[in-house]
Amino acid sequence: MTTRDVPLGTVQIGICSGHVNYPLYIRSVPTQGELKFHYTVHTSLDVVEEKISGVGKALGDQRELYLGLLYPTEDYKVYGYVTNSKVKFVIVVDSSNTSLRDNEIRSMFRKLHNSFTDVMCNPFYNPGDPIQSKAFDSIVSAMMVQAC
Amino acid sequence: MESLTLSDVEQKYYSELFLSCDVDNAKKVASNGKVLDLFRAAQLSNEVVLQITELCGATRLGHFGRSQFYIALKLIALAQSGMPLRVETLNSVRDLPLPRFVMGKNEQETRHAVMFADAENQGHYLPRPPGRVQAKKVSVHEMIQPCVPTVDPQPDTTSPVVSPHQSPPTSPHAWRKHKRQASGGNVDRQPSVPGVVWPPFREAQPGPVTADGMWSAHSPPPVQESWVSFTDTPPSSTLPMHPPSAQPESTTVRTMTSVMTTNEIQRQTSGYDDPWKITDEQRQYYINQFKTIQADLTGLIPGSAAKEFFTKSKLPILELSHIWELSDFDKDGALTLDEFCAAFHLVVARKNGYDLPEKLPESLMPKLIDLDDSAGVPEPATEVGFSASPVEVTPNKSPSMPSLNQNWPELNQSNEQWETFSERSSSSQTLTQFDSNIAPADPDTAIVHPVPIRMTPSKIHMQEMELKRTGSDHTHPTSPLMAKPPELSDETKLTATIKFPGTTVGDGYSSSDSFTSDQEPISSAVNRQRSHSGTSPEGLKVVAPPPPPPRPQPSHSRSSSLDMNRNFAAVPAGSQQTGVVAFPPAVPPRPLPTQTSVPHGHRVVEGDGLPAHTSTSPQQMPEQPNFADFSQFQAFAVDQPADDGEKPSDSGQAKVSTPLAPPPKPVRRRLKSEDELRPDVEDLPQKSNVIATVLATQPSIPRSIGKDKKAIQASIRRNKETNTVLARLNSELQQQLKWSVGSSGRMSISPISTPLLTV
Repeated sequence: MTTRDVPLGTVQIGICSGHVNYPLYIRSVPTQGELKFHYTVHTSLDVVEEKISGVGKALGDQRELYLGLLYPTEDYKVYGYVTNSKVKFVIVVDSSNTSLRDNEIRSMFRKLHNSFTDVMCNPFYNPGDPIQSKAFDSIVSAMMVQAC
Repeated sequence: MESLTLSDVEQKYYSELFLSCDVDNAKKVASNGKVLDLFRAAQLSNEVVLQITELCGATRLGHFGRSQFYIALKLIALAQSGMPLRVETLNSVRDLPLPRFVMGKNEQETRHAVMFADAENQGHYLPRPPGRVQAKKVSVHEMIQPCVPTVDPQPDTTSPVVSPHQSPPTSPHAWRKHKRQASGGNVDRQPSVPGVVWPPFREAQPGPVTADGMWSAHSPPPVQESWVSFTDTPPSSTLPMHPPSAQPESTTVRTMTSVMTTNEIQRQTSGYDDPWKITDEQRQYYINQFKTIQADLTGLIPGSAAKEFFTKSKLPILELSHIWELSDFDKDGALTLDEFCAAFHLVVARKNGYDLPEKLPESLMPKLIDLDDSAGVPEPATEVGFSASPVEVTPNKSPSMPSLNQNWPELNQSNEQWETFSERSSSSQTLTQFDSNIAPADPDTAIVHPVPIRMTPSKIHMQEMELKRTGSDHTHPTSPLMAKPPELSDETKLTATIKFPGTTVGDGYSSSDSFTSDQEPISSAVNRQRSHSGTSPEGLKVVAPPPPPPRPQPSHSRSSSLDMNRNFAAVPAGSQQTGVVAFPPAVPPRPLPTQTSVPHGHRVVEGDGLPAHTSTSPQQMPEQPNFADFSQFQAFAVDQPADDGEKPSDSGQAKVSTPLAPPPKPVRRRLKSEDELRPDVEDLPQKSNVIATVLATQPSIPRSIGKDKKAIQASIRRNKETNTVLARLNSELQQQLKWSVGSSGRMSISPISTPLLTV
């Protein structure tokens, strides 16, 4: 991994579902280095799992996954969020993006969750399928653009 | 040059050809190269071509003028008909077939199709050809008999001239067969391959007609199929006249567009303004279909049933999913009649080749907002920008005939707000958070929902604890809380109270009837808030005048984990401390100065603090007239300075406990602690002592609660009031401290606040 892989103003959102934790949706802005974010999301799942297994109470709460510095060279923050059905949302933001505060991240997660439930309500969507809903895409894109 | 008389058809055809040859756009001369190509494409022997060019005079002129061109074309036709090439015969030959040219471009066919259609239905399809003409890339296209339905079989027999190049008989035959149904007639006369050339076009001609007919009958799939077969036949590069030639896609596109333009024309002729409008018979059809799934027209079709139904349309799942997203307006996973009709219409349109829109067209939007769960709260409608009328009709889901709902266009514009509501409605978190007193102010929502769930100054630990005990009663039904607003003088507290109803209203949209019913008292406040969305503090000013200018409260990093504090973020409680609660209670101003003075004087002298606060307090004074604890506080204030720093509890307690049994204790304690918070670091131990004392005194409260309910409620109320008072005091003290003492003072406070936050 090279240093400074994270270009400025990067945001990535990943959604992984259920116990199997396969990705339902991954989107990043800008789109370069996406693979790296895939990896980040994947590794952060471990931390998320650890957190949700440890905390018996308050399921579905918005837990924060503030890693700060994942590696000495890496500088991005990973936020996590888990729903009651063990669907994990992960947002990766560049550390240089100091304008993003915790409340904003929380609201982003809330929006994500709402959009996700809308997608779920669609009878043509089979849970476990990758999310291809255009409405969902538009919401996520708008949110990420706003965050960057 | 010999004069040349051309029939109309010929005239048109020739001019088109000329245009195609007129590469230089000279409009007068056809380039030699192209012309020769054209002639060669006529599949005449070279000598014949030469002869023709000679005859028409081009050789003489050296170029092909229009007249030469036309003559040449006519001669070609002659030659192709097998007639001797004579200039004299040019005009004498009647019913001469148009010259045929074999070209390898697909546009030919489509153009042919168009031309045929034009020929056949001149009135109807005229708009199309011009478009098609531009599509013409190569000069040669064929306009065959179809234009002249009465063409005699003669051309067929002459086809051998062109036969060598037209190989695959099979495809045209297949195609012919398909078209045969439509056309009939000349098809039979095409025995040989060249003849094959003809039928396609002839058949193509009726194609559009049938397509139109089908469209009008609202049975799109057959149309598609007919056009599809158009291109299904194996491509043959040498058969330009065969639609299934080199580029089937373009043909398909062409035919599709031709179909669609046809449809458009038809629709225009039938008076459609909006391609998405549902006609009456369509609507009736949809309603009948709806009935097959759900007998009750006012009911809902569950998602699974709808899925099965629409899967039958054979559209790809992704598109069906998109259609669902568009049509399920209220995102409830079920379709009302309106939604069902919209979905059905979209399916029909999609099958006809229309692309799905990104957003639901206005004419397809369901007429009524499905807000009947929220028991007809009119404010949200206004909030979202709807006119009141549709909302009032909300509970009625009956499917009336679709008319363009003028109110709904606003929905488009207010999507953001609508989304807000759906957020509220669809998010279970809102409900749970409501319960757990975590209702973060969503910055996305235009409406600020203050959550006055607890009037807890989060700073002080014991307060929180106590309030937790009593606060749970207040969190849900807010009537006691709402009774408070008049008493609340502070802006922050008002905001806090507003947040609560705001949140509940939001939840009300989420079909939580209980909330809406409970919130009757709140609704008034809510309405006020609604009308001032995003300006709840100001709105609350109506209730009670806010206290002195709010001091900006930046986001508290420390307390950010506490969502509660976020609620108060909008409230400039006027203190920069980190966990300052926004609930400055309706504090009787008088005690404040005395109390604020205490820190300065180490709880002994009040002089200094007084003047500092006099400026602020007087403003508060008139605002809290009905604060019962006024006297009590005064008693405190008097006592406070006199007390020693350690444990003033006893004396003050004795004095105060009489008027109010349980509440005074904690209040006093808090005052005490606040005072002690103020000063320097050495007071820390004292503070902790005080806190311990307060905590110790807390158990006494429940005992008194065991008395009758009214007393309890009164005590609760008083408690709250004191809480707010203390919070206010606290904030002011903080402010003062900050100003006077500086950072060191703040430092002393933080250790106290931290434990609170963790609670």
